[in-house]
This record gives sequence, structure tokens and C-alpha cells, in this order.
Amino acid sequence: MSENKGVWIFSDMHDLALEMLGKGRELADKLGTELVAVLIGASAQGKADELIKCGADKVYVVENPALEQVQIEPYLGVLSNLVTSYRPDIVLVGSTKNGKPLAARLAMRLDIGCIPDCARLSVDDQGRLVGERITYGGNAVAKIALKSKPQIATVPARAFEKPQLKERNGQVMKVDVKVDAAKTEIVETKPLETSNVKIEDAQVIVSCGRGLQKKEDKALLDRLAGVLYGQVGCSRPLAEDRKWFSEWVGLSGHKVKPKLYIACGISGVIQHVAGIRDAKVIVAINKDEQAPIFEIADYGVVGDLYQVLPALEEAIKRQLH
Amino acid sequence: MAGAPKKISDFDKNALEEAIRVKEKLGDVEVVTVTVTSEDVKAVLREALAMGADRAFVVSDAGFQDIDTGGTAYVLAKAIGKIGEFSLVLCGETSLDSFSGLVGSKLAELLGLPQMSSVRKFVVEGDAVLVERTLEDAIETVRAKLPTLVSVTREINQPRIPSLMMIMKASKKEIVNWTAADLNLQKEKLGSKIEVLEVLAPKTERKKIRITGETVEEIADKLAKALIQEGVVGR
Repeated sequence: MSENKGVWIFSDMHDLALEMLGKGRELADKLGTELVAVLIGASAQGKADELIKCGADKVYVVENPALEQVQIEPYLGVLSNLVTSYRPDIVLVGSTKNGKPLAARLAMRLDIGCIPDCARLSVDDQGRLVGERITYGGNAVAKIALKSKPQIATVPARAFEKPQLKERNGQVMKVDVKVDAAKTEIVETKPLETSNVKIEDAQVIVSCGRGLQKKEDKALLDRLAGVLYGQVGCSRPLAEDRKWFSEWVGLSGHKVKPKLYIACGISGVIQHVAGIRDAKVIVAINKDEQAPIFEIADYGVVGDLYQVLPALEEAIKRQLH
Repeated sequence: MAGAPKKISDFDKNALEEAIRVKEKLGDVEVVTVTVTSEDVKAVLREALAMGADRAFVVSDAGFQDIDTGGTAYVLAKAIGKIGEFSLVLCGETSLDSFSGLVGSKLAELLGLPQMSSVRKFVVEGDAVLVERTLEDAIETVRAKLPTLVSVTREINQPRIPSLMMIMKASKKEIVNWTAADLNLQKEKLGSKIEVLEVLAPKTERKKIRITGETVEEIADKLAKALIQEGVVGR
């Protein structure tokens, strides 16, 4: 039997597929193999060009009216069919709400392993894929390899940079695959009601924790976020216990990657820290100088957020505008 | 995690709460919990029974020490097969320690069930379930015929805290203990398919600069200046 070859990328979120192509290109070059993107949909071919410009050598396109919406059984059938026929070495699947179950089931169907949510990926000296993921409730990073091929890993959004588009040559191949019937029926799809940019996409986040005393005081954060063109977030207790927010930043909530994260009255438990680890600059404002948040902050201010936030807002306005 | 206090994962509590609510609504339903473990988890199961589960099944075996998500799903599938007929498998979306979020999907694959993940709202309608899934940028309403597998998010409900009465009643409920032998498990299916090469403390390379000053205005001025120099302020 010939050995498994090639690095494959699949995501139902187009931007994430592009991000993975950047990393995939690096892995494929190191292994001296080709980078393949898989496109699945009712009419998916239109996206092939951009995938090639982002680094794909080859794009497999599977088109079928039954693939218009992402559903587990038909998509899984297509993926496992392709993987079994072409035998890739590595399959990277975008870790979206639909992508992760797909990857998990693909691994189970092929009776192999899967490394979920890899924030870092590399190839070791033996040519094995090594994925790094946060584990033990945020307390550790595990480096994991797989014992069999293809090596499947899932990749969260924004873990890797989207590459610059470049004119390059690539091959687009239409593949005919039998499509299994869906076992679920999508009755309705409504856009998520968010007035703002999603917090994962925010460049600046002003975030509060238990140090915020009243829900109305959120206005202090809103004002600072306003002058910073940023968004307001919170730690889990404010959303889960006090119900002042509907979502939170942290391991069990949103993992964010802003340029600037300002943690106000947040103690900095490990689960919260795991969600902000990729921020470029972290500022901590807390009354308690022993708060663990200071250990993972670039700039720390020991002080009352009720005094510091308005002063900071004024200072930024004065110096910047 | 050896040594850590054992408890029901929050996500699993949400799944259990949802199952108990189905029973309360429909009446003629038995709620059972299934656990795969290499350790003693009786105290934890008492809590599940106190919340309202009717029976608890535990498959424990020292050989499960290094079991991975695929192995766990395999044991769960074998146990569910032995328990008998079922209409609905409810799981937590992920575990609180490893956050893999793979077991539910793998179990659905092994049982050949339709699967609905990231479910924030859930109703049984005759022989089908209707759920709301939270996707990245949309809410999707999905229907599937029973039997099916549903994995739930934290927002679906607020799990109940058992009363003293419920705790007392639970002591009479049955905990069924099985070992690998009771389920005729194939040893090669239990072997881990992943290899943990290294576990490291998360890296923090932060500057840890304390900004101090005589007045809050002075501190704010210094901080604003530092952030502007970092290039992280402004568009």
C-alpha cells in the first residue's frame, strides 16, 4: 500500500479555511508534499480561486444540491469518501460548531485519533504532526501526536494569520462523490442577533469582572471602549451568576485575540486567562495588588476601576484625539 | 485528573437537568446516567441520582486509565447497547477539564444516530426532537426523529440543586457497576490513538510593568502613553 501523502484543509467557514492554508503551506513545504483544499457545497467552485491564492496546490470540489447546508451525514460521507480514496497524510478541519463534530466523527469512522482545537501546529523530525492545545481547565498546554494516519486535527478560528493573496498556479478538480441523506432537517436559520462586531473579532476589548458593582456601571467601560474603538466584555461570573451579560470571555466562553485587552476588576483565574492568552497587550486594573491577573499583564495599575477608567478615558482622548 | 476532587462536569449537569425535565413533562420516561471511569465515582453518582436520575450505570476498569475520547465513546456505546432500548442520548457539549468536545460526536457515530450539537433549546415533539443550535453567526432550528443524540451548552438551563428529601430518596436508587469484562470489550479498541508528548505550563511572556503615580490622572497619563507607544490604541 502506498503511504499517505498531502496536507488537506477543510472548513465550512471560508475565512478559517484561508487561515489554515497559511499554516498548511508551511507544514506541506516542510514535508515536501502538496497542500490540498476541500470545497463542499451546492455551488462551491467559485471559492477555489481564493484558496489557490492563499497557498493551495489543488482544490477538490464536491458539488451537489444536497450539500447546500452543512449537515453531518452528507458532509461526513463526502469527507470520509475523499480521505479513503486519496489517503492524505494530514487533515486539518476548521473547529467550528459544525466542523468539530465532523472531524470527531471522521476520526471515529476511520478508527483513528483526532487532536481538537490546536492553537499551534508543527511537524517533528519524524514527519509527525504535533498539535498544541490548552487542557486541564486551562492549566496546561499539551503537545499531542497521533498514532495512525491520516492525522486529523481541528483548528480554531484566528489561531493562524490569513496569508496574503498571491497569484499562483493551482489545480481545481471536480470530484463526484455519492452523497448520503441527512438524518436531520434544518427547519430555520436565523442570523444571530448581535448589534456589534463579534467579540472574537474586536481589536480592543475593555472587560470587567466582579469588581464591577452594579450593572449600570457598565457605562464606564462603554465610554472607555468608545474612545478606543473597542468592545466591552466580561468574565464568567458577570454573565453566569449575575446575568448582566449574555456571553463572557474565557475558556468556556469566547477566546479572544485583540490587540489590547483591558481587564478591569478581574481577578484573573486560570479559566479567564486561557481565553485572553493571545491578546497582544494586556492591561490589568485591580484594587487587589495580589490579584493573579497582574502576573499575566503587560501593564498593571493597582487602583479602583471607578477612578482609573474615567481618568484613562480622558488621558486617551487628550493624547490621541 | 488524579487527586482533583471529582464532580459532575457542569456541562453534564446541564444534560442531566434537561433529561429530568423531559421526564417531568412526558411522565413515562426513565432517566439513566452512564459513566466510564477508572476511579471510584459513587459520591458523584449519588448527586446525579439526587437530582432526579432513576438509575446510574458505571463502567469502571483500571484499564481505562489512559483511555482517549474514542475509547470512551466505544465503552459508552457498548454500555448503552447492554442497557437496552433508548430514545434519546443527552451529553454535555464538552468536559470542563480537557475541553476536547469529541466524545458526544464519536458516540453518535458509533451508535449511528442523528446528532445535534451546540444545542441551547430543546423540546420533544411526538417521535421527534426540535432543537435550537447556536452556530458562529446564526441560530439554527433543527428537527430529528428519535432516537437521536443531543449535546447541550451551558445556557440551555440552570441545573437544579437537590433538596434534602431528594438526597435521601436517592440513597435507595440503584447504581449498576460493570467492568470491561461485563461488556465484552475488545482490548484493541480501548488503546489510545493519541500520544501526549509533553504537558507544559502555559507560556506567559508578559512585561508585567506596574504603573504608579501620585494621582490617578498621572497614572492614567502614563498608561495612555505606553499604550499609544505599543501601537494598540487608535485605528
